[in-house]
Amino acid sequence: MTEDYRMVKEGKGAEYWRWTESRWTNPDLDWKQGEVVSAGVDVGSVSTQAVVMVDGKLYAYSNMRTGSDSPESANKAIEWAFEGTGLTLDNLKATVGTGYGRVNVPFATKAITEIACHARGANFMYGPTVRTVLDMGGQDCKAIHCDEKGKVKAFLMNDKCAAGTGRGMEVFADLLGVHINDVGEMSLSVEEEPPPVSSTCVVFAKSEASGLLREGWDKEKVLAAYCSAMAHRIVDLLERIGVEKEFAITGGIAKNPGVVKRLAKELNIEPLPTDMDTQIAGAMGGALFARALYLKKMKKK
Amino acid sequence: MAKYKTEPLRLWNKAKELRLKFYENYAKAHEKGGLRWAGGAWTLDAIPRGLGDDVWSITSEPYAASIAFNKKFSLRCLEATERAGYARDLCSYMRNYWGSIILDEYAFPEFSKKWPKPDFIFQDHICCSHSKWYQVVCDLEPGVPMFSVDVGCAPAMKADGETFKYVPMPQHAIDYVVGQCLDGIDFLVKVTGREYNDELLRKAIYNHMRSTALWAKVCELQKTIPAPLEEKTLYSLYVLGVLAKASQWCADFYEELLADVEDRVDRGIAAIAEERARLISDTQPPWGFLKVFRYLEEFGCISIGSLYTFGLVGQWELKEDGTWGAKTFPASVDDLPKDREGMLAEYIKFEINKPEWQHFYHPALKSAMMIKIARDWKLDGVMLHYNRGCEGLTIGIAENRLALQKAGFPVMTFEGNMGDEREFDEARTMARIDAFMETLSLNKIEV
Repeated sequence: MTEDYRMVKEGKGAEYWRWTESRWTNPDLDWKQGEVVSAGVDVGSVSTQAVVMVDGKLYAYSNMRTGSDSPESANKAIEWAFEGTGLTLDNLKATVGTGYGRVNVPFATKAITEIACHARGANFMYGPTVRTVLDMGGQDCKAIHCDEKGKVKAFLMNDKCAAGTGRGMEVFADLLGVHINDVGEMSLSVEEEPPPVSSTCVVFAKSEASGLLREGWDKEKVLAAYCSAMAHRIVDLLERIGVEKEFAITGGIAKNPGVVKRLAKELNIEPLPTDMDTQIAGAMGGALFARALYLKKMKKK
Repeated sequence: MAKYKTEPLRLWNKAKELRLKFYENYAKAHEKGGLRWAGGAWTLDAIPRGLGDDVWSITSEPYAASIAFNKKFSLRCLEATERAGYARDLCSYMRNYWGSIILDEYAFPEFSKKWPKPDFIFQDHICCSHSKWYQVVCDLEPGVPMFSVDVGCAPAMKADGETFKYVPMPQHAIDYVVGQCLDGIDFLVKVTGREYNDELLRKAIYNHMRSTALWAKVCELQKTIPAPLEEKTLYSLYVLGVLAKASQWCADFYEELLADVEDRVDRGIAAIAEERARLISDTQPPWGFLKVFRYLEEFGCISIGSLYTFGLVGQWELKEDGTWGAKTFPASVDDLPKDREGMLAEYIKFEINKPEWQHFYHPALKSAMMIKIARDWKLDGVMLHYNRGCEGLTIGIAENRLALQKAGFPVMTFEGNMGDEREFDEARTMARIDAFMETLSLNKIEV
């Protein structure tokens, strides 16, 4: 349990929206034995991830909140991913920066959009059968069609609105005083599904939720109404591009069962399961692109 | 070394001068005893030309686009209309225009500090906002007489999936519009106290035919690889036809332009040196952010035009070989009827099948025309502007996206507003372009 989460649980007043940061190293790999160490750094509006791959295998990653300074966030993320491994930037053959802050990754070889990186990362994470990727990010939401190699064929992004995004969910967690990690499960505990909140703007949805609380709705019911609205809005985006099987979800909201289960029910399609952290898909795609870039460069020589 | 040779358009400065002269003439018309009139860019503008050569129009939409390009003034205009109680989700051209009246400021202060009030309004109706636009203007400028022509009489096309064909305009539809034009001339005579000169009308109708067909010929040349012009330049050229297609100077300019562009094609002069992929866009662009077109060029991608630039001014027809080309027009003004009703009938028959009027009837017509352009102009993709500022031209655009995709063309959409910069998100639009370029396998060209 992280410090933030513990403080919330113990009622010590931490901020409810602060989702759990994490890092991981593959105990079965030794990067010194590998030939190509590549990295991807996804500087998103809400979170930053760094993924290190050794010869195309996942070696280490970090997943943390983005600060106000994109280069600093990128540096912190890669340093945390390196922690305890002995790796330094000098050991990276190539790095791809992605996410909205992709051009601000100081040590990147190249910047590639998060749409391409999420498709490539989902291909690695879920396998080559994936044809539709839904990236539910902090600030926007993208529906992506890709081929068996994870190459983007078409994409659609959400309208200029925070509803249906991670930031919107964070606002609701704070409003209701429910830790963001618990929002999804809590929303599923209602006996009867309430109507979704009608506002698509997160600011207005927040006002609407305040009204519902004043009317006597309990937190679970309000969360169910918001998760349902978010799921419906995402389904609308997906249906505009069409859902081709197999279907996979990446990004932070993929960890929210309150949205994912409602979305699957409305679509009548079960998303593919994964044991990996769905938030690292973009950085993972970046690391794979970085490896390919390096190999291409070597081939030219 | 650059892939293609480029050079500036020879007539660039002349186009800019003509546009400014247009706004100067409108502002200063009264100084020389002339008349000013207001009306939209779709108005049958040959008709007021029968009042004399000293009658100048403001042409509302491009005037509002000029305001939109000046972000500071535009914001003041938009906020002025909002303070006056008009809703923010209305046509943004209309709101910029109203704002200029409310503030009593002209967008070209070098010619007039104050808004030059028109002597009369001569408008037509193809979209709902066109109808309401001048109703409100009449509230804002009491006493300015207005006449409107309803041109929504019948579609000139039928679409069958990816193809379309022209259908003859029913006689009753032509009679319906011509009848209103005849009434319109009576109105003009009454409110101006001037005599009406049918020979000037005849000449204007002929110039209209010349301008619109010549512009289509220029757009036809965009089929060339590399394209001789890019869309940002096309906007600066098509606007002259939008402003005054029935004028002698506009028709003459387009004749000169056609020769110039033909010369560029003959010499292999490209609009951009590294043309690697070709797109079209659609509907009015976000005028305050034309840099999106320059950004495309960083990837070697060119927008070679749009149904909007091709078809708002250009007049087209399907040729026997199946190509879509410039409409045939009479060899001389003497080939037009001499009687008023007869010449008006020829004018309406010529004008009413303009491409940009067709999708007001059904989006399938627009989809078929866009697919035709996509195939014949050898495109790699399409970039659609979900323009919150214009209901008329944005209606059906999501259906156009589906049709283009079904026909095999990659499509990118972006949201914005042609005349209200508050609804355009530059960073996100550029991010979408980055992703779209990646799907087209285009990297930024290293300088």
